[in-house]
Amino acid sequence: MAERPHPVEHPHPSSSVYLKVATVLAVVTAIEVAVYYVLESTPHLLAAALLALSATKFGLVAAFYMHLKFDSKLYTALFSGGLLVAGSIAIAFMALFGTLTQQPMH
Amino acid sequence: MQHAYTQVPVAHVEATATGLNSRKLLMWTFLASECLFFGSLISSYLAYRGKSQTGPYPAETFDIPFTSVSTFVLLMSSLMMVLALAAVQRGDLRGTKIWLLATALLGTTFLGGQYFEFTTFYREGLWLPTNLFGTTFFVLTGFHGAHVTIGVIWLLSLWVQAMRGQLRQEHSLNVEIAGLYWHFVDVVWIVIFTVVYLIHG
Repeated sequence: MAERPHPVEHPHPSSSVYLKVATVLAVVTAIEVAVYYVLESTPHLLAAALLALSATKFGLVAAFYMHLKFDSKLYTALFSGGLLVAGSIAIAFMALFGTLTQQPMH
Repeated sequence: MQHAYTQVPVAHVEATATGLNSRKLLMWTFLASECLFFGSLISSYLAYRGKSQTGPYPAETFDIPFTSVSTFVLLMSSLMMVLALAAVQRGDLRGTKIWLLATALLGTTFLGGQYFEFTTFYREGLWLPTNLFGTTFFVLTGFHGAHVTIGVIWLLSLWVQAMRGQLRQEHSLNVEIAGLYWHFVDVVWIVIFTVVYLIHG
């Protein structure tokens, strides 16, 4: 009979790492709000900057708080798969409804 | 000397084909499906953005400083959650109770902020049937708020278990799985705050 795989033990970050991540998240949020006011007149640059900043926050929470960095890659694959499909649908919808290229009326 | 990483004793886990805990795998699968759920709601918002024929419109409706504070509150609740997990994993029952309650309280504070925001928008003439902005905004943020509410109830139930001495080190996976749900709810708000509130014009 084949031997069953053993459950995986993985190191968890200490509280100090979590506190550092929280500090970065708070700072990035503050930067987002500042960027919102500074780049208000340049919508494309504003959108790019905000999306990059929110992706940073997203990645930090997923990697450290949700432990994806330290856990099995299967979890990352599952979550990434859902994200990829959701993101593709969002882009397809925006292209279908002309939101990607058109400026909003309001 | 404090180490950045600590080994965590593995709770009793039934051996599976993947070597992974089935409940944790199920939660990740569920979160993947939730990506599709919120992805469709966000897509709908984006598809109809800027197409409302009548007001109120996002620029004149949103209070960015207020929502920024709500965002900060939810982010800090994720910190409380992960501190609760760290506490239960090292067998610190007092810390577990404190951080679980703190997470639930911050989550409730966020919900209070959402309630204040929704009622303010309503008084200003924005509601579900008002225009496309109202419909897509309230459906998206309403469903997110419902998810936060479920999370708060879940956390409070864990806190009650902890208060009764029923949440011990060997039950840390229960807290971890609740934490995964809570962090996902936070991550969805990160996307909503950016895409809906900050990139609105």
